[in-house]
Amino acid sequence: MLASGMLRVRSVLILCAALAVLGGRPAAAHDQLAIGITQFPDNFHPAFDSMLAKSYILGLALRPLTAYDAHWQLVCMLCERLPTLENGLARPETLPGGRTGVAVTFTLRADAAWADGVPVTTDDVVFGWQVGRDPRSGVADAEIYRRIRSVEVKDRRTFILHFDRLTYDYNAVGDFQVLPAHIERARFVADPRAYRNRTAYDLDTTLPGLWDGPYRITRVVQGSTVVLERNPYWRGRQPQFRRIVVQTVENGAALEATLLAGGIDMIAGELGLPLEQAIAFAQRHGDRFTTVFKPGLVYENLEPNLDNPILADLRVRRALLLAVDRATLCRQLFAGRQPVADDSVPPLDWVHTDDVVHYPYDPARAGALLDAAGWRMGGDGWRHDAAGRRLTLELVTTSGNRSRELVAEVLQAYWKRVGIDLRLKYQPPRVLFGDTVTRRRFPGLAMFAWTSAPESVPRQMLYSTQIPSAANNWAGENYGGFVDPRMDSLIDAIEVELNRTRRKDLWRQLQQLYAEELPALPLYFRADAHIWPKGMTGIVPTGHQDPSTLWVEDWRWP
Amino acid sequence: MTRRILVRLLQSVAVLLAMSFVVYALMGLMPGDPIDLMIAGNPHLGPADAARLKALYGLDRPWAERWLLWLVQVAQGHLGYSRLYAKPVAAVLGPAVLATLELMGTALAGALLLGLPLGLRAAARPGSLFDRAANLLAFASVSLPTFWLGLMLILLFAVRLGWLPAGGMAQVGGGGAFDRLAHLALPAATLTVASLGQYIRHMRAAMLAEARQDYVRTARAKGCSPRRIALGHQLPNALLPVVTLVALDLGGLVSGALITETVFAWPGMGRLIADAVMGNDFNLALTGLLLATGMTLAGSILADLAYAGLDPRVRGE
Repeated sequence: MLASGMLRVRSVLILCAALAVLGGRPAAAHDQLAIGITQFPDNFHPAFDSMLAKSYILGLALRPLTAYDAHWQLVCMLCERLPTLENGLARPETLPGGRTGVAVTFTLRADAAWADGVPVTTDDVVFGWQVGRDPRSGVADAEIYRRIRSVEVKDRRTFILHFDRLTYDYNAVGDFQVLPAHIERARFVADPRAYRNRTAYDLDTTLPGLWDGPYRITRVVQGSTVVLERNPYWRGRQPQFRRIVVQTVENGAALEATLLAGGIDMIAGELGLPLEQAIAFAQRHGDRFTTVFKPGLVYENLEPNLDNPILADLRVRRALLLAVDRATLCRQLFAGRQPVADDSVPPLDWVHTDDVVHYPYDPARAGALLDAAGWRMGGDGWRHDAAGRRLTLELVTTSGNRSRELVAEVLQAYWKRVGIDLRLKYQPPRVLFGDTVTRRRFPGLAMFAWTSAPESVPRQMLYSTQIPSAANNWAGENYGGFVDPRMDSLIDAIEVELNRTRRKDLWRQLQQLYAEELPALPLYFRADAHIWPKGMTGIVPTGHQDPSTLWVEDWRWP
Repeated sequence: MTRRILVRLLQSVAVLLAMSFVVYALMGLMPGDPIDLMIAGNPHLGPADAARLKALYGLDRPWAERWLLWLVQVAQGHLGYSRLYAKPVAAVLGPAVLATLELMGTALAGALLLGLPLGLRAAARPGSLFDRAANLLAFASVSLPTFWLGLMLILLFAVRLGWLPAGGMAQVGGGGAFDRLAHLALPAATLTVASLGQYIRHMRAAMLAEARQDYVRTARAKGCSPRRIALGHQLPNALLPVVTLVALDLGGLVSGALITETVFAWPGMGRLIADAVMGNDFNLALTGLLLATGMTLAGSILADLAYAGLDPRVRGE
């Protein structure tokens, strides 16, 4: 019996040893990099829809024509020279109806090639445009393709995009997707309506000819892993890593544990740990990992429903902001990593200005404003109007987002001090964004974030015609219902102002108007936490929609 | 018996049909349309885009009409395309089903292989130290949240000891049998522990209940050994409720375990179905859920057959 027991114990030990030796991770070899992210892309077609996980992975394997770099400047990626009005590669043209359009000339990089060796040519550009503008193709964001009236091919590398309007961002064509015609055209032409289910990007993702970046996708485990290996035809700077593995771990705690266990080498900031978890991680493991907090353009704010007479009163909106110590809130909850917002334009944007009204913590002034608005402090600690109604507001935000829930509780406590009764309501994101906010069914305030692009004109969010209603089939994103002719004029003017100095001045006026009228109550700009191993260099978080992977060839890990 | 099985099969078809209707209705009535969400998240998209995309994906029709179309399509042998993944539903489900079968099958086998003998042994000497220990283990098993247990196992075996990988199904470039086993170890252990308790408790309770029966007393009077009474007489009867439990767990073989899959980055059915439901991917969600329902119903029929094998009275009915 004893011998049998010993045998069993020995067997277990041998099994454990075998698992440890044979099943463990390989010795660290820096020709491979494993990146952890929290989301798996739904599909791999670059044009169908936009999704952060997809953008991050495709940043390794595809090159857009243009992108914004880490300094938020527009640069050429697949083109040779950025066309501008100044260098003559963009020129205004008069359209048949008398409107002004623009012709923008691009030249593809001479060394650009798909990973099967086929050069990237203007044929691929034309095909990308045909797919994008065909309403049957399933491309969600077809705006840029609609704006392009025609694509004029000069030769195999040079083409002219004829836009139907001349706007300040005439040369920003990052949304335009160049597609490999030699692989995709036959699938598209056969039945454009079925193309979204037949594209090689999803049915045959590992085809080399689909990818023109420094890497190509070589293996996909649905819901879990994407493996990329070097594109042998990439002629740009050679990336260091022979192979990059992108591993999806949706749970933050498990993602952190996987990093510590060596299952992944780094965590992408674009889709990584929640900020509070990353702050704690940086304190505990700062000796092994570098954590970089990069504030970006994700703007957290409180959207007031201006149909509510309480919130329609500007004095109340200003009082709400003055009654909250946002600097302390950001310092205590986010270790000061997320900058306080004064308006919707992030500090990293070149059009940002500090020359706006600020709302420092001033409960006395907040109280005075509320008094002036007719909300007097009662003996019960709450404010009431002349009719005896208590000053009560409802704040709705997403459930399951710990940061937001904490911020909501802090706001509740601050506003209670000045006599405002804030009721909190949490909804799943799908309900909040699919119904409550988009159909303007929030009676008080809604807390959520806006994401945009560098120098993004807030037409959808602030223009008076963009208020969603049943009449316009709930189009537009002016959820608060803000109407101000001055704002409309500024938006109109900015969109067509080509002179950067004058445009910056218009942006200053827009930000000043925003800070004074408070169409939304600014809270802070969110920051991403990028975590990579000590010694690794070259990763430059951007803070905007173009991911750091677009510059993967600069990453080095000795 | 054959007639009974045939009736059960017909009932199963009716249940699947009703289930498909209910699932479709619930998904159709959920607030928020994915196209609307897409529009809300992208300032470039307007109402014309929403209308175009809804028409393209058939989301502009009433859900009842779409359900009927889906039914006709399935009757013709087509499961359709996944809206989220832009692939045939079978191509998306196939790898996930296999991954889930591997994980849940291992966990179920582990729970049965450990839970039934432990329950049997505990029932043999109620109140003994072994019985108390088994009870403690059973209570711990049903009380521990799987996400916590999973994380603790990762921290111990992957982070602290470095013996096992923290997540995923296989090492990239590796993928041998030992590698797969190593990746399977922690998630399977988590699920085994999570379901171990119910088998210990049910086995123990069933054996104790049988021990009070007249036939056991008679066997003792006849001088049968306690081992023979337990294994030869009590066990077949005590297995009947356990068989029901296993039958109910069979559905989980293909429906997966959302939380454990999430913690261990296991690309199984739990996460896939959850994503499909939240993304209004009707074809994928419906097929996945019906597969799980079908498996539970199949388990129930298998349980009927097992009853017949274990209990001659059922055979005779």
